[in-house]
Amino acid sequence: MGVNAAYAGRTYPPTAPYVVGREHLRDFARAVGADHPAHHDVDAARALGYPDVVAPPTFAVVIAQRAEAQLIEDPEAGIDFSRVVHAEERFTHHRPIHAGDEVTAVLHVDAITERAGLAMVTTRCELSAADGAPLATVVSTLAVRGADA
Amino acid sequence: MSGRVDPAAVAVGDVVGTRTVRVTRADLVHYAGASGDRNPIHWNDRFAREVGLPGVIAHGMFTMGQAVNVVTDWTGDPGAVVEYGVRFSRPVPVPDPGEAVLEVTGVVGAVDAEARTARVDLTVTFEGQKVLAKAQAVVRL
Repeated sequence: MGVNAAYAGRTYPPTAPYVVGREHLRDFARAVGADHPAHHDVDAARALGYPDVVAPPTFAVVIAQRAEAQLIEDPEAGIDFSRVVHAEERFTHHRPIHAGDEVTAVLHVDAITERAGLAMVTTRCELSAADGAPLATVVSTLAVRGADA
Repeated sequence: MSGRVDPAAVAVGDVVGTRTVRVTRADLVHYAGASGDRNPIHWNDRFAREVGLPGVIAHGMFTMGQAVNVVTDWTGDPGAVVEYGVRFSRPVPVPDPGEAVLEVTGVVGAVDAEARTARVDLTVTFEGQKVLAKAQAVVRL
């Protein structure tokens, strides 16, 4: 059984808010070698105009991947995660995420295409703040190998 | 906030920075925990081989996250990165014992003096081969 192409075009309801914690941001920054003081020191972040420590450019993936799980963990979608390879990722930042943000994600399944035994699944997560302000658009493409590939 | 880099002084082809990243299994476990991506292909050799990989490989998002540091170091403001995209073209196997060594270079690919933005093209190699394709970050200057 392959990926269910009928899921293309689907939009999910907004997720429960994800609260961005200061220690989590610091830990994520350490994990990707992001040693800029604005990720770690509140005063350094404020000196750049942010209310609290600011997220590294790829932090939004943490929130986006939780939203993508709505699709990937749905057995009806037919995505065998042991056959998944991450093919592409793109972030567009509308306003930098910082500690204290309460982030809601809306997941869209933009495309499901199949070629040469490989299904390409492209999702888009629109992240927004508690006041509704757009934070980031996260587009991710997964390549799912078919049973014979 | 921005302004540390003067757009008028930036030219296509300028090297904005380089970094050498030494990756061990411990780094992947740290990333798995910090990111919530606990896929066993990033920490369990047996599982990785069962799904057809040579062994444990780095998270693509780990490599993507490490690579953009040369851009942040250059602009002086992590919030100045307005766009960042990559294609994952090759996996990075991480041995145990041992380490995988990634070489990161950022070069200015385009400048828009009016919009005060620049595009930085990132090259990330492992054992001489590129592991990311079309790795580009757009930053406000």
